[in-house]
Amino acid sequence: MTTVNIDRSIDARGMPCPGPLMSLIGAIREGELGDVIEVLSSDEGSKTDIPAWLEKSGHELVETVPDDGFMRFIVRKTR
Amino acid sequence: MDDSTFSLVLFSGTDDKLNAAAVLTAGAAAMGRKVNIFLQYWALDAFRADRVLKDHGVAPEAGDEGAEAFQRHGGQHWSEIFRQAKDIGAVGIHACSLSMEMFGLTVDDLDPLVDDQHGVASFFMEADGPVTFI
Repeated sequence: MTTVNIDRSIDARGMPCPGPLMSLIGAIREGELGDVIEVLSSDEGSKTDIPAWLEKSGHELVETVPDDGFMRFIVRKTR
Repeated sequence: MDDSTFSLVLFSGTDDKLNAAAVLTAGAAAMGRKVNIFLQYWALDAFRADRVLKDHGVAPEAGDEGAEAFQRHGGQHWSEIFRQAKDIGAVGIHACSLSMEMFGLTVDDLDPLVDDQHGVASFFMEADGPVTFI
């Protein structure tokens, strides 16, 4: 389990692609520099989409934690 | 990394094809690609302000089983996915003037997702890469 403080958690479980990524992008835009955002996603596409978008956009993937039938993506807004 | 414009011609007006187009648009916009969309024929009809949310059915190849799977899968409506894509990126949605004339429409008859009306040459002015036709 992660030890960082989560500023905002988005439960996107059950949302199909690209819903979880779009929710994350929205939260990053609304957030402040340094905010840590957690996205819960059961969409298989998120496993590649969220890291790809983070690489492109330059925000940090702090941790990816597999849970029961879904993934937790912990992300830090870095710019 | 290819940063060319993603150009998309939407011809079909069924919900499955419009949903596929919306997902591609959102992905391209998320990855920083400019998106240039041209609405023709039945796709343009589906973007009429008073019809956007109605049931547009699915492509014939879906069959009964495919149609049922599409309905059951749910998710956000394609118009909402296009809205999100426009919100996060540079997505231009242009109505084909020939189709507009055929239906007797003006831009005011269309959903606000549609930016303006273009001739085919103006669409290609902005298409600096391959064109995808759905």
